[in-house]
Amino acid sequence: MAGQPMIEMTNVNKWYGDFHVLTDINLKVEKGERIVICGPSGSGKSTMIRCINRLEEHQSGSIVVDGVELANDVKKIEAIRRDVGMVFQHFNLFPHLTVMENLTLAPIWVRKTPKAEAEANAMKYLERVRIPEQAQKYPGQLSGGQQQRVAIARALCMNPKVMLFDEPTSALDPEMVKEVLDVMVTLAQEGGVTMLCVTHEMGFARSVANRVLFMDRGQIVEENTPEEFFHNPQNARTKLFLSQILAH
Amino acid sequence: MAAVTARAPKSMFDSGLPGWIYRRLFSSPSNALITILLVWLALMTVPAAFDWLVISSVFDAEGTRACRAIDNGACWALILEKHRLILFGLYPYDQQWRPSIVVGLFLVLIGVSCSRRFWNLSLVPIWIVGIVAIAGLMWGGVLGLTFVPNERWGGLPLTLILSVFGMAFAFPLAILLALGRRSDLPIIKTICVTYIELIRGVPLISLLFMASVMFPLFLPEGMSIDKLLRAQIAIIMFAAAYQAEVIRGGLQAISKGQYEAAEALGLGYWQKTGFVILPQALRIVIPPMVNSLIALFKDTSLVVIIGLYDLMNAAKASFVDPAWRGASLEAYVFIGAIYFLFCFFMSKYSQALEAGFARAEKR
Repeated sequence: MAGQPMIEMTNVNKWYGDFHVLTDINLKVEKGERIVICGPSGSGKSTMIRCINRLEEHQSGSIVVDGVELANDVKKIEAIRRDVGMVFQHFNLFPHLTVMENLTLAPIWVRKTPKAEAEANAMKYLERVRIPEQAQKYPGQLSGGQQQRVAIARALCMNPKVMLFDEPTSALDPEMVKEVLDVMVTLAQEGGVTMLCVTHEMGFARSVANRVLFMDRGQIVEENTPEEFFHNPQNARTKLFLSQILAH
Repeated sequence: MAAVTARAPKSMFDSGLPGWIYRRLFSSPSNALITILLVWLALMTVPAAFDWLVISSVFDAEGTRACRAIDNGACWALILEKHRLILFGLYPYDQQWRPSIVVGLFLVLIGVSCSRRFWNLSLVPIWIVGIVAIAGLMWGGVLGLTFVPNERWGGLPLTLILSVFGMAFAFPLAILLALGRRSDLPIIKTICVTYIELIRGVPLISLLFMASVMFPLFLPEGMSIDKLLRAQIAIIMFAAAYQAEVIRGGLQAISKGQYEAAEALGLGYWQKTGFVILPQALRIVIPPMVNSLIALFKDTSLVVIIGLYDLMNAAKASFVDPAWRGASLEAYVFIGAIYFLFCFFMSKYSQALEAGFARAEKR
């Protein structure tokens, strides 16, 4: 199994009615790779990563995650979801559960981890995202930045092989963006987890990404190392996009 | 202190009782008019009601003659005389300690089920024990208790049996119906939609009629299901259809993100539903759910029409006795007060529940 890519998308297409959201997506992500996906809104970048854990269904082509092909088999979908963590733009913490309960719910019921072990593990991750003191609070009592860090810890508690970040800082107040990015950078530097991150945080892309993808109108228009991507963009649409987001 | 002395000169309307009265009751011509109207209404009704209820009422069980003699007071002697008939219906007089204990058991069962500490699987054995104990006490035939056929059950225990079991069994059924109606599986969805629309579109009275009159016609010769059980099933089915729609409202209020977060963690359908979606959805629908539970509690009195002696019917039986003719109002006030106590408790409990959740999550 050595050398097998973590994620392999081959000729993936998706439509919403008549609208072609994803067109012939081909993407191979190696184990431990860190990829940043950017592009204008509506370009299909969120849809693409949401196809990887089947929050969106693709209509043609194949998606293979860690050797398992995504099809309509619920068991396989759940198996893939166990190993693929996701962080959402709007956190999506469970408001009726404490932070600790948010973190241990899936390990206890999906991974069948004993409660004490799951809680010890959860504390470890809360320390990693630097909010162990909030364990017994409810999400509604935390700031946006804290909530997103809890959401990252919640995904990590499942010990995922892949982490998907869907615009994790877009819904945050500016002063809270850094605390979340810091956690993500630490996670990237520790290595081991394959990361796909939809974001417009170009500083983050520069410092941790192995590759940057640019998407527009449902296609991957350009992909390159951050160095090349920012200094020597090839595609006209990439140039335009970069000039817009880096202008100010 | 300067700010205080700089205030406009004090008038008698600024503070104290006159000020309060002025501000709260007479602050504008329309407010003054409403106040006067309400005071007039209170003067017309309260003293008369108090007179009827208390001052001119007759408590003396000596009774019937004293009651005939008065024409402007309540004849509470009826309640003193007939309260056991009203509370326990036609249950054998010397065995009425059994339904009394049953009422107590119901109160314990309700109390336990309302306490958040017991909101887990321990409720299942508690309810099983409760139901067995209630059935054993009511029917008898075991442990040396004489057998009492359920045609003779009546009054408050019967009302509690119909309503509490109605609510308790309708609740899980309603959850399944609500989930089924939102299911992606077309057959399940169709069954649930049909069930809900069919049952909801029919008055409870006609369901009870069908259960008592029509249903036996479909059963094979010689087989019969007890009338009480049929009424109980009709009430459960009816309540479930209503509750299902209330719960569905709550399910719809949960954002897509909650479903996605649960799915992304690998939770299966029942785990997602049980741990993430339902706890939130049910919290949202506490007020409308309690509303329909209160309605259901009072609707059980419709079993009168199929001849079950629930609280309402037993109250009616109390004043058919020629000696007490004319005391119907007193009997209705008495059972009205009992209904009110239970409904008021439900209302207060739901408010406390909501406040409790709000406090815990500080949202």
